[in-house]
Amino acid sequence: MRGLRKTYRARHGGTATTAVDGLDLEVGRGEIFAVLGPNGAGKTTTVEILEGFRDRDAGEVSVLGEDPARAGRAWRARIGVVQQDSRDLGELTVAEHVGATARYYPAPRDPAEVIDAVGLAEHARKRVRVLSGGQRRRLDVALGIIGQPELLFLDEPTTGFDPQARRSFWELVSGLRDGGTTILLTTHYLDEAAHLADRVAVINRGSVVALGAPEELGGTEARTPRVSWLHDGERRTLRTDQPTAAVTRLRDELDVQGGEIPGLTVTRPTLEDVYLDLIGNDTTSEDPR
Amino acid sequence: MTATETTGSARPAPAAGPARLPSPFALGLVRARVELLGFLRERDAVVFIFAYPLIMMAIFAAVFGGEEQAFDMGPAAVGIDFAQYFLPGMIATGTMLSSFQTVAISIAVERDDGTLKRLRATPLPAVSYFLGKVWQVLLVSVAQTAGLVALAALAFDVPLPDDGRWLTFAWVFVLGTATGTVCGVAFSTVPRSGRSASAVVTSVVLVLQFISGVFFAFPSLPGWMQQIAALFPLKWIAQGMRSVFLPDAFAAVEPAGEWQHPAIAATLGIWLILGLVIGVRTFRWRRRDDG
Repeated sequence: MRGLRKTYRARHGGTATTAVDGLDLEVGRGEIFAVLGPNGAGKTTTVEILEGFRDRDAGEVSVLGEDPARAGRAWRARIGVVQQDSRDLGELTVAEHVGATARYYPAPRDPAEVIDAVGLAEHARKRVRVLSGGQRRRLDVALGIIGQPELLFLDEPTTGFDPQARRSFWELVSGLRDGGTTILLTTHYLDEAAHLADRVAVINRGSVVALGAPEELGGTEARTPRVSWLHDGERRTLRTDQPTAAVTRLRDELDVQGGEIPGLTVTRPTLEDVYLDLIGNDTTSEDPR
Repeated sequence: MTATETTGSARPAPAAGPARLPSPFALGLVRARVELLGFLRERDAVVFIFAYPLIMMAIFAAVFGGEEQAFDMGPAAVGIDFAQYFLPGMIATGTMLSSFQTVAISIAVERDDGTLKRLRATPLPAVSYFLGKVWQVLLVSVAQTAGLVALAALAFDVPLPDDGRWLTFAWVFVLGTATGTVCGVAFSTVPRSGRSASAVVTSVVLVLQFISGVFFAFPSLPGWMQQIAALFPLKWIAQGMRSVFLPDAFAAVEPAGEWQHPAIAATLGIWLILGLVIGVRTFRWRRRDDG
């Protein structure tokens, strides 16, 4: 999958809104690439252009060497798509759906193995209507991977999961990557991106505001530890690469009773702090790349 | 870009050469199975589409059984057993329900709930999706019509036509079902959501049933209503079925005074082409509010 750039305008009530504005992304083969962003940032729009569901207004897109807007059946046999919401597939059983969907592909996985892999073996004969939300999502993934895709799109796959279900879902996705599948994941859960992704792009208002490995996101600047204390009842914060030295200096400067600095905390920004920082900023004000 | 796929454990042994995509026709059969299972397990569909004409037939024939549907044919009034008069109308209604109503509602619902979008992401060709619908419609309407004819003949002693008329029956049935199916595809974009689809489609069908002489004897309807009904396929399907199941003498009570086979074929043919063109041009995989 090679570099792409696109501008897309979606019409809402007559006025043209730019949902994705000059966005550049390049995803390497065999990696899990996460697209992070607040609701309405343009994540789904971007992914749906890549999946071939939407036309773009400008830019170049190449997915598995083809333009998704023109790609045909052979190309669709090489991708797998797990869309954001699904309310369909009520009356058939899990096994019936997976079995039928397998037939659409030239070289599918074994349906029973896939059902087992997503942990639905004991529900295989149940109608989809009676499955829980988490089980449905697992079925969505089963249908997404049944065709042995080279590239799998996961659009907010764990929304509404309980923590345990999310954990086992992550294991499933990691296992797919280890099997050689490239995965493009959108999410608004930071822990999910931190746990799964090899690289993360944060997008906001249709543009990439940060790109990199989860632990490097935002650059070193954004991860500078923060020393914070109370001075005359007011909280003061200092950013420094040497928090120990800063604390020592503070103690000497403040000359506080008993040598304790009131309200002292030393924190390293988590991915969440970095992320909130990134999307809180005006998208044009910085280019962390 | 080079392929650097590693082989996963769940992967079957690769066939020699690139694997071929399954044929659209074979996939049509796969879809037919999915469609049929979905239809048969949906209790609403089975009751209101499959069984409805049978139930109506049974009720009307039981209530008015033995009574005669009388027609004023000038010098001599002609009567016919009500069940026999009612059968062609119910067959016409059945084909309309099983084709037009089923297809229009199911596509509208499938567009709304994301079935279509999900299919769009797979290598399933559109033609296989529609083939699946066609098979489903065909099997359901054949079973339904056979049930109606059997019910009328066995329970209500309706005389069955002689051999020559079954040919007329076949082409009216096939053309009517085909027209209903493509019009259903075309009409599926009219309901604004899956939830409203059933109400919108059913009321259209119900109005057509009343004005097309399905419940009432068509010749007894007001002239303006007959003229409106003549614009739509159901009236012509019903008329074609009357020409199969009623004695030829009854052609005289038709507004035109004859069965009008060429006009039936022409009207249904026009609707078939119209539905096909509109269906192909307006069909969409996504909801209206979805980009």
